[in-house]
Amino acid sequence: MTAAVVRPMIGRDSRFFWDGTALGELRIQRCNACGDLRFPPGPACPSCGALDRGHVVAAGTGTVFSYVVHRHPPVPGKELPIVIALIDLDEGVRMVGEVLDVDPEEIEIGMRLRVDFDRIDDELTLPVWRRA
Amino acid sequence: MSLSGKAAIAGIGATEFSKESGRSELQLSVEAVQHALADCGLTAADVDGLTTFTMDTSSEIAVARELGIPELRFFSRINYGGGAACATVQQAAMAVATGVADVVVCYRGFNERSESRFGQFSLAAATQVNTNGLDNAWTYPMGLGTPAATVAMQARRYMHEYGATSEDFGRVAVADRRHAATNPAAFFYGKPITLEDHQASRMIVDPLHLLDCCQESDGAVALVVTSAERARDLAQKPAYITAAAQGSGADQFVMTSYYRADIGIPEMGVVGRELWRQSGLVPDDMRMGILYDHFTPYVLMQLEELGFCGRGEAPGFIADGAIEVDGKFPLNTHGGQLGEAYIHGMNGIAEAVRQVRGTSVNPVDGVEHLVVTAGTGVPTSGLILSA
Repeated sequence: MTAAVVRPMIGRDSRFFWDGTALGELRIQRCNACGDLRFPPGPACPSCGALDRGHVVAAGTGTVFSYVVHRHPPVPGKELPIVIALIDLDEGVRMVGEVLDVDPEEIEIGMRLRVDFDRIDDELTLPVWRRA
Repeated sequence: MSLSGKAAIAGIGATEFSKESGRSELQLSVEAVQHALADCGLTAADVDGLTTFTMDTSSEIAVARELGIPELRFFSRINYGGGAACATVQQAAMAVATGVADVVVCYRGFNERSESRFGQFSLAAATQVNTNGLDNAWTYPMGLGTPAATVAMQARRYMHEYGATSEDFGRVAVADRRHAATNPAAFFYGKPITLEDHQASRMIVDPLHLLDCCQESDGAVALVVTSAERARDLAQKPAYITAAAQGSGADQFVMTSYYRADIGIPEMGVVGRELWRQSGLVPDDMRMGILYDHFTPYVLMQLEELGFCGRGEAPGFIADGAIEVDGKFPLNTHGGQLGEAYIHGMNGIAEAVRQVRGTSVNPVDGVEHLVVTAGTGVPTSGLILSA
């Protein structure tokens, strides 16, 4: 560890997501007008323009769309190397996450992953991913 | 009205490129502007416009004060890191073409190795109080926060989709370093590499090796833009601005546009379509290119987005030395940002001007038109310059 973990900037439009991770829920924004799911979240629905939004709780499973193995330079709060993936969730949205228990030599596009939650402190719980 | 051909780059100037300039970022920019004005025979008193990057730490008024510019009638800045490079010239050209200003200088100067290192994990980027900081909440806390890592994510998918290899990326580095080897202004003057050197260099972020990545640099570049008519009366052969475009794509982010069905860099496609529309030219009319190369994979993707080859065909397009100075479509004859220095794309625009003038250290015969691009993976910009 070289420093504290990087904390996310949290705003009015993203608070629900971080409230969810603290409860062990991976939340995806859902438009209350047209039903479109969206990640990352935002105040309006790009599909229909509605401002009325809620969320669904993801099943927490997905497939690796791409990945990197970060070796240099240092990343605050991490012991290198780390595997970071772009994950296509089964609900149809995509997000970035650290993959904790897959070796750099083993990670591959198409691998199935399952979300887990890394509680940093009372204020922050990060979603992380493990082999499904 | 059309912007095409209304303005020209009349003067270019730069400091030396180094790892430690030993002077302030403001001084670097002031020196580059002085050199650019001297290059074309103008003085500070002739300048009535300044434009730069939002990221630049030296304000237009600070530069104007140091230079003794009496009055500014036009000043502007463009956002999104290196994506601003060609857009500063677009700003200048639009100001000149509409009569808002007569002489606009574009500048960019930084101590990006000795002071604020862009290649490091940037806590400042993760904590900025604006929507970019909120966007970065979806990547930085997960450990994805260096430019190399954000590009590597795209590169890995590109390899998977199209069968591209690390050697294909390496050929860009080999070409750039060959060109830098004969450029006395380049970091890597006299230091060409082979594909074997590229493959043997250490992994930074798989699949990117060290030699896929540009070097953090200290330095500044300035460009003087004025009307085509006035440029013809100045000291240097004008590089006419035949087209100048910006581009941002659907669901655009800064370095992390990962949420589109097909990732890639469609924002450069926006730039390309506008360059061809404005100019009435086609890719085959371009004799060569200066394509933004902070990391090698995006050079391949740019060739595809700009229409020089089809999607996934860039590895074949660049094979057999095609992008080297004696190849069919030379790229980055100054050595690129991988070989000369990383001055946020502005040094590439200067090289494009030298090619039009015939003063490049690696001259390409018969350059009537060439294409220049700005930062990739971000909202970006491009130019067509002509003799």
